[in-house]
Amino acid sequence: MLSKRIIPCLDIKDGRVVKGVKFLGLRDAGDPVGVAKAYDAQGADELVFLDITASIENRKTLVTLVEKIAGNIFMPFTVGGGISEIDDIRNILNAGAEKVSLNTQAVKFPELISSAAKRFGSQCIVVAIDAKKQGDFWEVFVNGGRTPTGIDAVIWAEKAARLGAGEILLTSMDCDGTKDGYDLKLTKEITSKVNIPVIASGGAGKLEDFYDVFTQGGADAALAASLFHYGKLSVKQVKEYLNKRGVIVRL
Amino acid sequence: MKIAIIDYGMGNIHSVSKAIELCGAKPVVTNKRNQLNACAKIVLPGVGAFDDAMAELEKLELASTIKEQVKNKKPLLGICLGMQLLFETSQEAKNKTGLGLLKGQVVKFSAKFGQKIPHMGWNNLDDVSGGCLLLNGVSANEQVYFCHSYYPEPSDRDVIAANCNYGVKFACALAKENIYGVQFHPEKSQAVGLKIIRNFVESC
Repeated sequence: MLSKRIIPCLDIKDGRVVKGVKFLGLRDAGDPVGVAKAYDAQGADELVFLDITASIENRKTLVTLVEKIAGNIFMPFTVGGGISEIDDIRNILNAGAEKVSLNTQAVKFPELISSAAKRFGSQCIVVAIDAKKQGDFWEVFVNGGRTPTGIDAVIWAEKAARLGAGEILLTSMDCDGTKDGYDLKLTKEITSKVNIPVIASGGAGKLEDFYDVFTQGGADAALAASLFHYGKLSVKQVKEYLNKRGVIVRL
Repeated sequence: MKIAIIDYGMGNIHSVSKAIELCGAKPVVTNKRNQLNACAKIVLPGVGAFDDAMAELEKLELASTIKEQVKNKKPLLGICLGMQLLFETSQEAKNKTGLGLLKGQVVKFSAKFGQKIPHMGWNNLDDVSGGCLLLNGVSANEQVYFCHSYYPEPSDRDVIAANCNYGVKFACALAKENIYGVQFHPEKSQAVGLKIIRNFVESC
């Protein structure tokens, strides 16, 4: 059986991990390779690296970093942040990332999804959606959650899947940072509408939250950042807990 | 021992290269015929579309080289799309045929199996063939990392070294004499994956 995945997410700026990982006792908490190795040892199923600098001059730094990570850890990882062209995607995949994550540019130019999927295969194209509840729908925000688009997140997810996205990375802006649990309604709404895997993100604070997002939200993977970085929970703890409650995970 | 990793612009070579180095061999990342000749074994990785990949191999005149080398009994390991290219045809292909080193075709997961497509994540190895050198020491139920929408259907069932279940039971590891192929990514499958790469380096 396919396992549910637990995915730590790391923010990268100028080739360094920001909001450094506190609990691992690393000498250099900003070193992406060191952090990746530590999560590898904890049994993380994948990693997501989000480049929050995302300027043109940083592209090369990012590609070099991806090469370094791929040469040092033997687990799948996704790279996102500011990816706007087919060439960016090719460079990052060839450098060793398993998948790339598209967000703002995919909203602006949805054909980027289809041309990338055609070129590299759907399996490596993740579409990241940042959604916020507005009255009776969830609105898509771009530019790191700063710009509203008026687009309905559920409709966008369906369209992205139709265009060839292989996975949705769904972040609830309402829940992000609250530690009150994932947005189960939003997650359920999307997972019931698309036939591609969905990674739920935003709001994880305790063990039950992971159980709920898999069982009630229908998520295929759960992502968390600070919860893991600050050592409140370890990936291993989460997986052991899920296993005990009958969720299939890789131990 | 030198092991060639074919670099034809179709996806990740760094993890494979590093894994081979860790297993004690010297990886040679190359798209040159003569360098392939000089290596003891060949790895054909690959991510992307079937037609594009075949077109690249043909353009670099590597398709014929690979076939020739395999005929001369050089061990070859195809990974993911690299494995799919070993077959005769693929449902994904519009105008290219594969290398035809293994008989059969590559097909797409059908929505009727009731599973999400792509098949993405960690899944168990089933029916692991006891005698397969590539999977020596790897037990059934160990999990490896998959990331794909197409899977192989070998017409000769004897070449199946392991299956995987995803709504449908499909062949995820193949072995025929000196030809090996895996649908999953050993270079991304942590300890189990490294064991498989080590087997290729040391025993295949």
